[in-house]
Amino acid sequence: MSRTVLEMNDVTMQFGGVVAVDSFSMHVDEGEIVSLIGPNGAGKTTAFNVITGVYPPTNGNVFFNGEKIIENHPRGKMKKLYAGKDNGKYTGHLEPTPDMITKLGIARTFQNIRLWKSQTVFDNVLIAKHLRRTSNVFSATFRLNMAEEKRQREETAELLNILGLYDVRNNNCTSLPYGLQRRLEIARALATKPSLLLLDEPAAGMNPQETIDLTNFVGKIRDDFKLTVCMIEHHMDLVMNISDRIYVLNFGALISKGTPAQVQADPVVISAYLGEDENA
Amino acid sequence: MGFFQTNLPYLLAGISTGGQYALIAIGYTMVYGILRLINFAHGDVFMCAALMVIYSASYLPLYISLPLAIVATGLLGFAIERVAYKPLRTAPRMSAMISAIGMSYLIQNLALYVTGGLTKYYPPVPFISDSIEIFGAMTKRVTVITPFVTLFLIIVLVSIIKYTKIGIAMRAVSRDFETAQLMGVKINSVISATFVIGSLLAAIGSTLFFSNYTGVTPTVGGMPGLKAFVAAVFGGIGSIPGAVIGAFIIGICENLIKGMGLTTFSDAFTFVLLIVVLMFMPTGLFGEKATDKV
Amino acid sequence: MEKEKKKDLIISLAVIAAVYAIVAVLEAVLPRTSMLFTVLKKGSIYALVAVSMNLLNGFTGLFSLGQAGFMLLGAYTYAIFTIPVEQRAAVYQYFDGGIIQFSLPVFLGIILAGVVAAFFAYLIGLPVLKLKSDYLAIATLGFAEIIRALFQWDKLGGLTNGSNLLRRFPVFKSTLFPMTVAGICIAIIVMLINSTYGRAFKAIRDDDVAAEAMGINLAHHKRLAFTISSFFAGISGALLAMFQTTVQAAQFKSAMTYEILLIVVIGGIGSVSGSVISSFLFIACSEWWLRFLDNADTYIGSFHVPLLRPGFRKVVFSIVIMAIVLLYQRGIMGDKEFSISGIRKKIAARKAAKAKKKEGTK
Repeated sequence: MSRTVLEMNDVTMQFGGVVAVDSFSMHVDEGEIVSLIGPNGAGKTTAFNVITGVYPPTNGNVFFNGEKIIENHPRGKMKKLYAGKDNGKYTGHLEPTPDMITKLGIARTFQNIRLWKSQTVFDNVLIAKHLRRTSNVFSATFRLNMAEEKRQREETAELLNILGLYDVRNNNCTSLPYGLQRRLEIARALATKPSLLLLDEPAAGMNPQETIDLTNFVGKIRDDFKLTVCMIEHHMDLVMNISDRIYVLNFGALISKGTPAQVQADPVVISAYLGEDENA
Repeated sequence: MGFFQTNLPYLLAGISTGGQYALIAIGYTMVYGILRLINFAHGDVFMCAALMVIYSASYLPLYISLPLAIVATGLLGFAIERVAYKPLRTAPRMSAMISAIGMSYLIQNLALYVTGGLTKYYPPVPFISDSIEIFGAMTKRVTVITPFVTLFLIIVLVSIIKYTKIGIAMRAVSRDFETAQLMGVKINSVISATFVIGSLLAAIGSTLFFSNYTGVTPTVGGMPGLKAFVAAVFGGIGSIPGAVIGAFIIGICENLIKGMGLTTFSDAFTFVLLIVVLMFMPTGLFGEKATDKV
Repeated sequence: MEKEKKKDLIISLAVIAAVYAIVAVLEAVLPRTSMLFTVLKKGSIYALVAVSMNLLNGFTGLFSLGQAGFMLLGAYTYAIFTIPVEQRAAVYQYFDGGIIQFSLPVFLGIILAGVVAAFFAYLIGLPVLKLKSDYLAIATLGFAEIIRALFQWDKLGGLTNGSNLLRRFPVFKSTLFPMTVAGICIAIIVMLINSTYGRAFKAIRDDDVAAEAMGINLAHHKRLAFTISSFFAGISGALLAMFQTTVQAAQFKSAMTYEILLIVVIGGIGSVSGSVISSFLFIACSEWWLRFLDNADTYIGSFHVPLLRPGFRKVVFSIVIMAIVLLYQRGIMGDKEFSISGIRKKIAARKAAKAKKKEGTK
């Protein structure tokens, strides 16, 4: 019986009058690869942003490894504007910042690559090691933390090696081809020692071969790093090949969920993606 | 009645100063609305207008030199934009701001060089600079005229923005710079027009201001400029009515504080207001909220 | 690689030591009042504050215009706490000798200057650092002006001497003093920049959303950068006080911050060595080399050069600065540092190019 790593309950995200995510509930169990799919604008990245603390949700809560990490309910102006369900069900107020979420062990990549452009490949990963430091600004400045610095660099080198980026480690990260930049972003996320990895469209812009490589890659890092993975994707071959379960969103609301086979056969999903047959 | 009596001169001065600040503030808020740039050199344009009047008035009669100087100020604003801001339109925001600061530095040093460090005095403008009496308080006619002139100019400006082609173009550009360009709006003309209008208003404000406080030094534009900017922020940067309201509030409060004897803090009041606004209401009274997409 | 890095470090340190040695020799040889020493002294002080500003603006990406305010705090703190007790009655003549009736040794005074500046930065930082870049600039500018007004307020005169200047505090004689203090401080800043915290600052500058997502707490790190930068600005203020031998709040206008900003831009935002080089160039030009531009009686042969009179120097200066800002935005050093390995690479590249040419003509 595998335990639940991530649990979202009735999460609603409303910006002003626009409901981006509508009472979305999902869960991810240990070791699973769960995908979040749906047409553009369906609220998938917004859901990620709620999990990672970028936006406090308008309503609902999030549990990680059994502990409540995020909760909110409509307050202030939002009380009048709130158009979602379950109003009044949640009373708590827990608004961690993204760095706190990462510290708990949730790491993410971004839809549009957000590498640190002035830094080398090596440094992009090294910087992500800063989170797990034990030194303070004095010991770091006056070089009293050389052992830790050495450890950080060794871990970075090892990570780059595993992910096939060691040879380009001293190049500026913008000189890498697109596919490798995406891989670097994943390496960077892994450097924070997460137990849950959120990948936002990792295959965006990739050709079919690169997508196959990525499929194997994600499975491999899930096994090697003992991760749980949650992924937003549009490349259906990647999604169907690798996911244990899938959630389908449209206009912010959940329209289907289940195993790849179940979702593929669901008429609701088909009509959302392909539109409805006029003559049916 | 006692409060009113003692403070009437300060109240009048405040309304008058407020109007002058408003004319400067509009320039700041319009430029920021379109370019997201704080035109640090704007306060110095205000000062230059005064110097231009002073120097040309020693050769030409005032009824020629005054309008001439105002037009020249408009051209100065145009030139500053072309030289210092246009080349940096695609550069990071900080570069443009640094250019604005550099421009301000240059203008002040030029003024210092030309005037030789001596304070120049604004020529008395007939009718406006005359002293009159209101409710028993002695003041100059300009303090009464200023609010009306300001209001009139603002109405003209708002009408231009609402009903003319160039006004619509300005609004489009301040909403979405790139899309406006793609839709065929002549960006350069719109931006130049913005700077020219802002500078013309500042020039008129300068005439009103220096008819009252006649001493002109190279750095005299710094404080009014900064205060006008705070007024623009307070009103919601990009909003013209907001800038005007903010300017009047600052002008009135500043003079009332002087009336209370705390002259050292009349300047600081503006900055305290700025801090309060930035902390509790960063988008100002009428500004628009923007959320970042992640 | 490691060995080469160590070798370069030793060479760099040797060069720096040599510079100090040369200055020491020059001090013994040249007259005390030589302009060279003024430039070196003032240049070192501005180098320190420029580097501190670069730490904040260039390395962490926080556009702050409050430097003059922190220099003011540092200068006043130093002066207030180091005026010898016997002199206090004379200095604070309008305020019954002032409320502070003890005095600290110079070293402590300087450190305290930094601490006070850092403390104010800490207080201001809490609300202000959340603001977007333009608003942060204006807010810090505003705070600097408020501080300046406060220090001229005669109600606080018992402490600050109101709008009167502070004097009679200990000053330095040798050029090596400000050079050494500034040198040590800049070295500490460089060590910070090259540490894990420095890298975190750069991450915040490049993409703060990604930095936060990778576990870097923005509020904490921004406040850290702000406080540390202000600490060193405060120390440079103390040094400036010692250089000028008098301190007056009115001097620390926003124009001073603008000058420092321009120095940083000319040197290259994100380059420590650029800021240092640019400071000395800036001070040399403005105080020494371009002085002739202010001389109304300049002749070339028998031709009286027109336009030259007091104030022309600053105009030429401003034009040069605008030219650099518009045409040469990356500044002298861009975001690179002046380093032995950099020179080594350039020499190697030039050798390779020469060899290629030889091959071609054979």
